[in-house]
Amino acid sequence: MLNRDEDILKAAEDWHKGGHGVALATVVETWGSAPRPVGSNLVINDEGTFLGSVSGGCVEGAVVTEALDVISSGQPKMLEFGVADETAWNVGLSCGGTIRVFVEKVG
Amino acid sequence: MQLSTLAELNAERAARRPAVLVTDVASGEQRLVKAAAIPRDPLSDELGKHLRMGKSGMVEVDGKRLFLNVYAPTAKLVIVGAVHISQALAPIAKSLGYDVTVVDPRTAFASPERFPDVPLIAEWPDVALPPLNVDHYTAFVALTHDPKIDDPALLHAFSRDCFYIGALGSRKTHAKRGDRLRAQGARDADIARIHAPIGLAIGAVSPSEIAVSIMAEITATLRLPAKEKEQAA
Repeated sequence: MLNRDEDILKAAEDWHKGGHGVALATVVETWGSAPRPVGSNLVINDEGTFLGSVSGGCVEGAVVTEALDVISSGQPKMLEFGVADETAWNVGLSCGGTIRVFVEKVG
Repeated sequence: MQLSTLAELNAERAARRPAVLVTDVASGEQRLVKAAAIPRDPLSDELGKHLRMGKSGMVEVDGKRLFLNVYAPTAKLVIVGAVHISQALAPIAKSLGYDVTVVDPRTAFASPERFPDVPLIAEWPDVALPPLNVDHYTAFVALTHDPKIDDPALLHAFSRDCFYIGALGSRKTHAKRGDRLRAQGARDADIARIHAPIGLAIGAVSPSEIAVSIMAEITATLRLPAKEKEQAA
């Protein structure tokens, strides 16, 4: 009820209608201290432009890279970020939490 | 996500109607459940619970991991009466994430000095309220103690099905208010929806404490299932 992610999903729709490939990333699980709550969205288009946030800035770069892959393959992906996962991803959450992000193509 | 699903979700959000997006995270399969369809959905219990808490999360059903993303409108709080309690209530409600508006035709009360950073409408309820699009996701409190202002405001709240309606005044005052509202066409069921005396019984004395008790009652109405709500009241 107190969701403030007002224009992110609208942007996803508008970008798609404007002919862009679009992916939607959503925080689906968090452990420990996570910067953004479960349900937070980040939308990415095929130019790498993004809106919203899944981590307040820590891992957005990696999510955007993966999202471009999802846009071209059409296959959804589950990403995990956290301090325990530094070998898989060269980015992590400085706050010590772990988040799982679901990335899917729009359209 | 299918474009049609996204468009449907955006239409529900624009209309301030809640919806839950159910995603099978293994397959990417998805469906949108509008609030009105939740009671007859196979996942009605889980969906209802998540929507009430305004909380998205993962559930496991028949070996499938499903992510429930809750899209609920931002709650509004309409405060009729730019009184002392309202000065304490507005910032508390804002900190809880509500969009707050204060309405009072008395300009001496509804002044920006008394209510910094809060949208203020110094008009009578019949002018001030219709443009506010008061709806189910609105908590509505009438605090002026003046029937000329509170009564028409409450009649408006009844017609918009606000999730919470509260009015300041003792039991005696409230009984008289009930008679007046009935005379103006309100049904008994409408009158029964008014929380009066307003706020949870926490022994509040000061205006700020009364504001806390009102906000606690609004929160309980928003979050608790119907049964536990009765116990809290």
